[in-house]
Amino acid sequence: MMYTPHTKNDVEAMLAAIGRENIDHLFQEIPEKYRFPKLDLPKALTELEAQAELQEIASANATTKDMISFLGAGVYDHYIPVAIDSLLRRSEFYTSYTPYQPEISQGTLQAIFEYQSLICALTGMDVSNASHYDGATAAAEAVIMAYHNFKGKRNKIVVSRIVNPQYRKVIHTYTQGYENISIVGDDAFTDSTLNHQELAALLDIDTALLLIQYPDFFGNIYDYRQLIEQAHAYGALVAVSVNPMSLGLLTPPGEFGADIVIGEGQPLGIPLSYGGPYLGIFATKKELVRKIAGRIVGQTTDVNGQLAYVLTLTAREQHIRREKSTSNICSNQGLMALASTIYLSLLGKNGLKQVAELCYQKAHYAADRISRIKGFSIKYSSTPFFNEFVVHCPKPVSLINLALQDHLILGGYDLSQEYPELPNHMLVAVTEKLSKEDIDAFCEALEEVTQ
Amino acid sequence: MEFPAELKYQKTDEWVKVVDDVAIIGISDFAQNQLSDLVFVEFNNESGDKVVKGDAFGVVESVKAASDVFYPVSGELIEVNNSLADNPEILNKDPYGEGWMLKIRMSDPTELDSLLDWESYQQDTRDR
Amino acid sequence: MIEKTVFELSAEGRTGFQFPDLDVPSYELPQDFLRQQLPLPEMSEIDVVRHFTRISQKNYAVDIGLYPLGSCTMKYNPKINEEMARLPGFALTHPHQPIVTTQGNLFLMYTLQEWLKEISGFAAVTLEPAAGAQGELVGALIIRKYHHQNRQVGRKNILIPDSAHGTNPATSSMVGFDVISIPSDSRGNVSIEAIAPYCDDQLAGLMLTNPNTLGLFDENVTKVIDMIHQAGGLVYGDGANMNALLGIVKPAELGIDIMHFNLHKTFSTPHGGGGPGSGPVGVTTTLKDFLPDPIVTVIEEGDEETPPLFGFSHPAQTIGQIKSFYGHFGVLIRAYTYIAMHSADGLRNISEMAVLNANYLLSKVRQKYTLPYERQCMHEFVVEGVWDDVPGIHALDIAKRLMDFGYHPPTNYFPLIVHEALMIEPTETESKENLDAFAETLNRIADEARLNPELLHSAPHSTPVGRCDELKAARDLVLCCWSDNLSE
Repeated sequence: MMYTPHTKNDVEAMLAAIGRENIDHLFQEIPEKYRFPKLDLPKALTELEAQAELQEIASANATTKDMISFLGAGVYDHYIPVAIDSLLRRSEFYTSYTPYQPEISQGTLQAIFEYQSLICALTGMDVSNASHYDGATAAAEAVIMAYHNFKGKRNKIVVSRIVNPQYRKVIHTYTQGYENISIVGDDAFTDSTLNHQELAALLDIDTALLLIQYPDFFGNIYDYRQLIEQAHAYGALVAVSVNPMSLGLLTPPGEFGADIVIGEGQPLGIPLSYGGPYLGIFATKKELVRKIAGRIVGQTTDVNGQLAYVLTLTAREQHIRREKSTSNICSNQGLMALASTIYLSLLGKNGLKQVAELCYQKAHYAADRISRIKGFSIKYSSTPFFNEFVVHCPKPVSLINLALQDHLILGGYDLSQEYPELPNHMLVAVTEKLSKEDIDAFCEALEEVTQ
Repeated sequence: MEFPAELKYQKTDEWVKVVDDVAIIGISDFAQNQLSDLVFVEFNNESGDKVVKGDAFGVVESVKAASDVFYPVSGELIEVNNSLADNPEILNKDPYGEGWMLKIRMSDPTELDSLLDWESYQQDTRDR
Repeated sequence: MIEKTVFELSAEGRTGFQFPDLDVPSYELPQDFLRQQLPLPEMSEIDVVRHFTRISQKNYAVDIGLYPLGSCTMKYNPKINEEMARLPGFALTHPHQPIVTTQGNLFLMYTLQEWLKEISGFAAVTLEPAAGAQGELVGALIIRKYHHQNRQVGRKNILIPDSAHGTNPATSSMVGFDVISIPSDSRGNVSIEAIAPYCDDQLAGLMLTNPNTLGLFDENVTKVIDMIHQAGGLVYGDGANMNALLGIVKPAELGIDIMHFNLHKTFSTPHGGGGPGSGPVGVTTTLKDFLPDPIVTVIEEGDEETPPLFGFSHPAQTIGQIKSFYGHFGVLIRAYTYIAMHSADGLRNISEMAVLNANYLLSKVRQKYTLPYERQCMHEFVVEGVWDDVPGIHALDIAKRLMDFGYHPPTNYFPLIVHEALMIEPTETESKENLDAFAETLNRIADEARLNPELLHSAPHSTPVGRCDELKAARDLVLCCWSDNLSE
């Protein structure tokens, strides 16, 4: 299938205009022995055949429609209002480029400005950027921003073990070139669940950043105010990683002392899509605005005095600072930020509160029922949680989940993979998409596969 | 383009005015013209810090560029011009007067000898 | 027409979306943690749809017209790709699902890895990086780790041509390298003389974009790569300009050790107003153990009756995980569909037509625009947006005036080594008529510059907004609907 419109006549006329005999003559600068390799690829498909092939590939998957899913651990199967995709499909949005020419990009720019504003409203922070790739890279950028904020005078990053394991891995990857940075706190011996004081004990005047999660990776909600005060007493910055959906219900980190809020925006109208593309939320206080990596949109006026939107603070970015920039980020997640902007606008203050409450209630119902199954208990039963909780199971989670597949159920996340100190512990997530019948079926199946 | 004769200069476009053992430092008229309208000024050190010639003392940022600025002498940083934070445009309007950036008590005044006089600096800007 | 923000369009009590009623018992909410206020807008669905539809109409896009941005490859985004990415069989799969339930996804990713290997000649490919810049970070981290494994930690110098994209030096700094900028020679090639003194035991490697951002194929590419290798360094290829090389040359065969692809450039996945992109990275056999974690592999071979079982493996010396999960899967589906529908002949046709289009367009404008390097271009070219006899006109003015004729301007002021650069890449999906019309407009603007320069200075006139005050935007920061002046 070719999308090139050239006819034979076109090609002849164009070659004549540039004084070439044939197309091959355009490639004489390629070293001859490497020129025009044969590519061994399957025969080209037409659109009709491509549809059939991709459909067949897709049908080799089981989806959260085919099976009842209790998987969370950072990304969640929430309902996506259909209006979002119909707007995302407008080619003015998705086939346009980064808005470097503001005069013909006001649609994209205004949408990003609204995104930034909505994130500030949700998180309680002063300023947001136009997004990072995902929650994990937003966390890594927060670490790097904190490091540069102290100009290399503080080298310690304290990270709670109950921050999403993937975020912690990505932070290690991103900081391996910064030889002075040391990351502490995320080992199995520092208990950052109930007793934050073990984490607090690691704080000192060499600490650039404390990174905690809210609700944490196990789903638990903690009052971090005292811990944050302790970090601030040492002059360290505090970054809080959030599930933005939970902020439909919970006090936002901007109100309890966070300097930086990061998180995964996928719950806000973005499909699961097997891992991406997602949305990295990054918001901070106004004092740190010039330290933020990534694109930012600001309001201004045009030459006629009319309100207009532009990319601003661009002097910080890679295309100007080059090797002196603090981050290499170029793209943001434009279309995903747009999706979350439309989601938050559509749901609004009432809708987001409603969906957050539905998740909360259904999760609590599930926890309640599971706690009554023989052999099962809720691990952090006296700690409040949002829509995820840890279940101590009578058998390894991998075995339970294998058996559940026959019941067309996708069981929760096996925590033993990343937390060897928690064998037989399952992280169960519940969203508004699950009905009481779904939850009851899960509980019945759990009982059946473990008796 | 002004190049006051009583000042000394660096190729990185900073000027120095010497008053007893104190060096007053800023950026040249040529520099502010190159950068055009400045929007932000950031300092790397605070009063009381010991600083070293050649290290970066901060960043001056305009819409289209962000440039490092460098200490022309070593010593103790005694004062930073805090009014530049709110009004960076002073650097454009009056780079040699109100637009001064910092004051250093020099630890080694012989470092001044390696700086350029106004004619050499002017020539240097022409050669670029 | 000013369009209010969603906050300004809000009205108390309005709602845009209803959820079903609660069907389980009600449990007590965590009183200590409930937020008091949630200052989000309240809009009806029709208001939301109208608002975003109206603002979309202020955008220019590939689906509207030519978008000649150099090194961005703004080619047509096939609609079939959009349909395939949305198949529920793909979209409703959770990344933590057991691999036996996602064999379709894993097959697609594995096959795409194999295809990218075939197209580029590399021995192994990761699909994990989220964008080109992340692909570069992967490349730089691999170079660093490779040298560390060989106990050569002193290798700190990365050579980067002065024509390189800003992400190249930015990435190198993030990894702790020292950036050495290498000038280009008079023919636009990387200067061999400038490289030679750095070919020692402090050399980590060279980052090379080929064709470069001038649109020129480096005439000394194999020699330069050889010099770097002889000195013990590695060569990283920035694959942003791969649109000129599909079926024309395999970069790995030229000697490149690591290269990133931009799926949102070469492989037609949409730019989305700034993302999401995808930046897979290919490496030689020597480096495959350093790839990010995880890689899609065949866990169990199949036979005539059973397909192979696909899953994930962990490269033995991995630099680590670079982002969550496995890559921008939704973008990968689009690239897979694109390659499946083109195959070898289709891919080669892309590059042939891309290079033909660029050379043809250049031939039509070079009477009026100065070409700094007297050479045939590849898929893009750079001209100067300035004339000695019209001192008041700059590339910016030409760019703004183009908008009045319904075009998006080319990239301007990049690469930095050309004065008032205009970097033009038509791509292969433009017809001869489109190129003729665009050339005519560029030439007309060149005439206007002499006869009526005020038209350029005051341009654009026919766009939703005029030239914007970027100084004001940077000084009086308004980045959020209600904090009026952040610089207070």
